[in-house]
Amino acid sequence: MNPISPLPFLRRAEDALGNAHLNSTLRRVTTRIQDSRNAGLDRLPGADDWRDHARAVRAHTLAHLDRYLDQFVTNVEALGGHVYFARTAQDAVDYVTDLAKARGLKKAVKSKSMISEEIHLNDHLERAGLAVVETDLGEWVVQLAQDHPSHVIMPIIHKSASDVADLFRRTLGATDAEVADVPAMTKLARERLRPEFLTADLGISGVNFGVADTGSICICTNEGNGRLVTTLPRVHVAMMGIERLVPDIPSLGTVLQVLARSATGQNLTVYTNVITGPRRTGEADGPEELHVVLVDNGRTKVLGSTEAEILYCIRCGACLNACPVYQQIGGHAYASVYPGPVGAVLTPALWGQQDWADLPHASSLCGACREVCPVRIDIPRMLLNLRAKGASEGRTPSYITQGLAMFRRVATHPWLFGVAGKMAALGSRAIAKNGWISRMPGPLAGWTQSRDFPAMASESFQDRWKKRTPRGHKPGETP
Amino acid sequence: MPRIPRVQLLVTCLVDRLFPDTGMAAVRVLEKLGLEVDCPATQTCCGQPAFNAGSLDDARAMARHTIDVFSASPAPVVIPSGSCGDMVIHQYAGLLADDPVYAARAKALAARTYEFTRFLVDELGVTDVGATGTGTVAYHACCHGLRGLDVRDQPVALLDHIGGIVRTPLAEHDVCCGFGGLFAVKMADISSAMLARKLECIERCGATTIAVTDVSCAMHMAGGLHRRGSTIAVKHVADLLAPGDAS
Repeated sequence: MNPISPLPFLRRAEDALGNAHLNSTLRRVTTRIQDSRNAGLDRLPGADDWRDHARAVRAHTLAHLDRYLDQFVTNVEALGGHVYFARTAQDAVDYVTDLAKARGLKKAVKSKSMISEEIHLNDHLERAGLAVVETDLGEWVVQLAQDHPSHVIMPIIHKSASDVADLFRRTLGATDAEVADVPAMTKLARERLRPEFLTADLGISGVNFGVADTGSICICTNEGNGRLVTTLPRVHVAMMGIERLVPDIPSLGTVLQVLARSATGQNLTVYTNVITGPRRTGEADGPEELHVVLVDNGRTKVLGSTEAEILYCIRCGACLNACPVYQQIGGHAYASVYPGPVGAVLTPALWGQQDWADLPHASSLCGACREVCPVRIDIPRMLLNLRAKGASEGRTPSYITQGLAMFRRVATHPWLFGVAGKMAALGSRAIAKNGWISRMPGPLAGWTQSRDFPAMASESFQDRWKKRTPRGHKPGETP
Repeated sequence: MPRIPRVQLLVTCLVDRLFPDTGMAAVRVLEKLGLEVDCPATQTCCGQPAFNAGSLDDARAMARHTIDVFSASPAPVVIPSGSCGDMVIHQYAGLLADDPVYAARAKALAARTYEFTRFLVDELGVTDVGATGTGTVAYHACCHGLRGLDVRDQPVALLDHIGGIVRTPLAEHDVCCGFGGLFAVKMADISSAMLARKLECIERCGATTIAVTDVSCAMHMAGGLHRRGSTIAVKHVADLLAPGDAS
């Protein structure tokens, strides 16, 4: 494993909050991309119906995943492709490294793939002696910087253009002219990546969607690198999570209708490729071999859990952009390959709360994620499910569990609630100045680090109500 | 004329102890519209803090208590909070789904429970309660009311019929203020950063008063403004619809 940071969540978040450069970059980019997303959906007549339809496609597929997986595998194999079902991350990397050894492959070019990040494929391939080159511009920058992506579709949202210019100077020996602006840097990247495409013998891609009834794989990229990765090298390995299927081409159309709009606001991703099998006899282009690696790595377990709906996700990143927590701390604070609201559910759902217990609590439950999700995943509902699971596993801090248990005893006995309320009011008024408390003790000190707390009223609503409507008063009378 | 002569007020524990003026203001508005208001004395807390923390047994105990209190009368229940309203209307049924007695009672209560501004506008069809005020008012949409109960245009319609006030837009008016209940304590650094961004927008918008539909968010934003030495007030819509304390 290659953890993003050994620090606990709250320390990582604190570091992120203290990084003014990161804060302003996140705010600027997430604001702009939300505007684009809203405009993209506004341009689509019946956008809400499309979203409902896309949700229905995903729900249906996952409800019958065994059948669609079976159909998909049969069709890929009928086209001459190979399919490997990897139960664990290790199984998946072993298959790819063994394949590379068996075929004598030396250099891999990759298009963007979250699942290869999930299973740390690059590290394993490099250890097996292969050269691995990321060819998505953002992912290439991440690789050069020995960094990690911090967003599912904008891997370097945490970097500014000047950060990338510095990186290119340092790692590529770029001249000032070559990093003068973004077009210049993009040109430099093209020049450096083109020979890599031409000399690679292994192309590794992700898969946005597999199509069960044709055995096709759909790969969406905005840079065209996905096409080169899947056509030039003699072996193409497509990595996909087992949940990333749709039944047929019309349902592919439905999910594509909302994917790019939700992600970037585009009507359609620039290069939306549907690849059906390896090169056929008589065809000039395409790989000699196509291997589809279906990765489970915890997904089957999620499918049978109360968090199954999180597998509907089509990885558009809209929930990250809309999340006021993500907007403040960025992706690295989550320390998972899947950050933001979807990651706060998916990460502990896939791999348990042992190492990820804080993530379901990293939300004010504002619901912005649910509002923008193209397939209407009820993320807050699942954060609550995970919190309840965490509590039942004893992961809630004792000051919260004990405090709530005491509160429950008080709140189920109205007379006690009245007495406790009066005592709390007296106490709060004793420590307040001019009606406000500026320092609270213990865990409550977190509140007063940035805000005052109002003193409780000397007379509660219920006290005033009793005076106003004396016992025996009939409703409707004005006392 | 109102079709519903009598309502029960679920005042919420925060209004009860911290903002009783808001509770009295809600009562005055409802009575002015010809309703009889009951406020059961045995009500306590809806259980949302425990529910959001994952302590479901504690949450269930408080939910059952609340259901008992408000099932004694068939009258509609009005809550001056979108957050507690969402708890009763949308969360109780799931929380008590396996309870042979309370599952049905939870659904029945949810079906006659309303957030305060939605009750006025959508149920009673009232947007002008004859209120007057002063100053410049901006509206912040509280998350649970907005995304849970579709409390969206109703508070704005009510504010726009208050004589003498000017309404001004608030940038990012539908972005969370960072309260989130225990989130503000457990994740205090993140919550504080969210609040700072909210307060920047508030201070820039030129309003003298921020209107909301949840006193919890009001408490959070007002606490931050007070810490900064700001004179901008944060008020529940009910406070603006029935200003002054005439009880």
